[in-house]
Amino acid sequence: MQHESPIVHDLFGITGFHVNLSNIIMLTVAALIVFCIGFFSARNLKMKPSGMQNAFEWIIDFIKNTISSTMDWKTGERFFGLGITIFLLIFVSNMLGIPFMIVNSETHELWWKSPTADPVITMTFAVMVIFLTHFYGVKMKGVKEYGKDYLRPVPFLLPLNIIEEFANTLTLGMRLFGNLYAKEILLTLLTGIGGAGILGAMGAGIPMIAWQAFSIFIGAIQAFIFLMLTMVYLSHKVLDEH
Amino acid sequence: MPEAIYWGDVVFSLAMFIILLLLLRRFAWGPIMNVMKEREEHISSEIENAEKHRKDAEKYVEEQRLEVERAKEEAQSIIENAKKTSEKQGEDIIAQSRAEAERLKESAQADIAREKEQAIAELREEVGSLSVMIASKIIEKELDEKEQQQLIEDYVKEAGGRL
Repeated sequence: MQHESPIVHDLFGITGFHVNLSNIIMLTVAALIVFCIGFFSARNLKMKPSGMQNAFEWIIDFIKNTISSTMDWKTGERFFGLGITIFLLIFVSNMLGIPFMIVNSETHELWWKSPTADPVITMTFAVMVIFLTHFYGVKMKGVKEYGKDYLRPVPFLLPLNIIEEFANTLTLGMRLFGNLYAKEILLTLLTGIGGAGILGAMGAGIPMIAWQAFSIFIGAIQAFIFLMLTMVYLSHKVLDEH
Repeated sequence: MPEAIYWGDVVFSLAMFIILLLLLRRFAWGPIMNVMKEREEHISSEIENAEKHRKDAEKYVEEQRLEVERAKEEAQSIIENAKKTSEKQGEDIIAQSRAEAERLKESAQADIAREKEQAIAELREEVGSLSVMIASKIIEKELDEKEQQQLIEDYVKEAGGRL
């Protein structure tokens, strides 16, 4: 079962400015959900938290702890917004593709899926994160210190240090994409088997449930890993560890 | 897999991310974190208050304990004082009554002695005059008055010595 993407070519008449509509929609949905979670949690705030506020405070503490585990909170406080947005957006995106999928059966265009199962999206986030690490590295340590970091611990590792930056970017984006893409493929296959007949439905039912459960696990873990690595890379660039 | 990079997606996801970040800061974790900070401060101040109250309470308890201790000591001393005074009073009373009794006895003895003396003197006189009367009746004629008197007195002395 090969799925196509609903692509609009040359948007606004700009050559090469293609848009994957499914990504756009799913990202918007994910962002809306995240915003709603945050917005409704923050409605009528109380000193004695209850319900949603409690849950969101738990998330805040969780992000805080993750940041604190890589750098001291005084430095890490400015990255809190980045961290919580990345975590929630990726987590919700990962979860979106699990319960169902919407496919246009005539054109085989896949409309509803995890936006993070698209390498363009994950690489965008990865590049953004790496760019931010460089930005904050220069901003907080100065150009000289930032540049010197490439000659550490010994100068001849300079090529490796440069390669590392690209490798970090690539692995950060591709790890997320690979996990989520595999999840989508297997879900698609299981759905295909399940839809093929009664026997198929019986055979695919239990693996489907198991895989969906595992997908939730993968989705949560990958969101956490993305957050963790973001903070690790940031702390690597921002802290003077020498 | 995409056969080309969809720059539209890149631009859109970046924009979406930044907008979401700003919105979340404005509406979600910004206010919640403020509340959390407020609560933290509130809790720490409450803890401080509680600590202070506890210290105060301990101080008061200590004060009360000392007060009770002192009251106990005072009560003890009062009781002891009372005991001592009562004992002393009792002894005084006994001594006084003893002295009184002694005095009474002595005065009674003195009275008795005096009465006795008086009675003896009276008796002696009585006996004297009686003897004189008797003797004068008996020996009226043989003796003049002077010799008579001498004689009588002799007798009376003799009688008084025997008494």
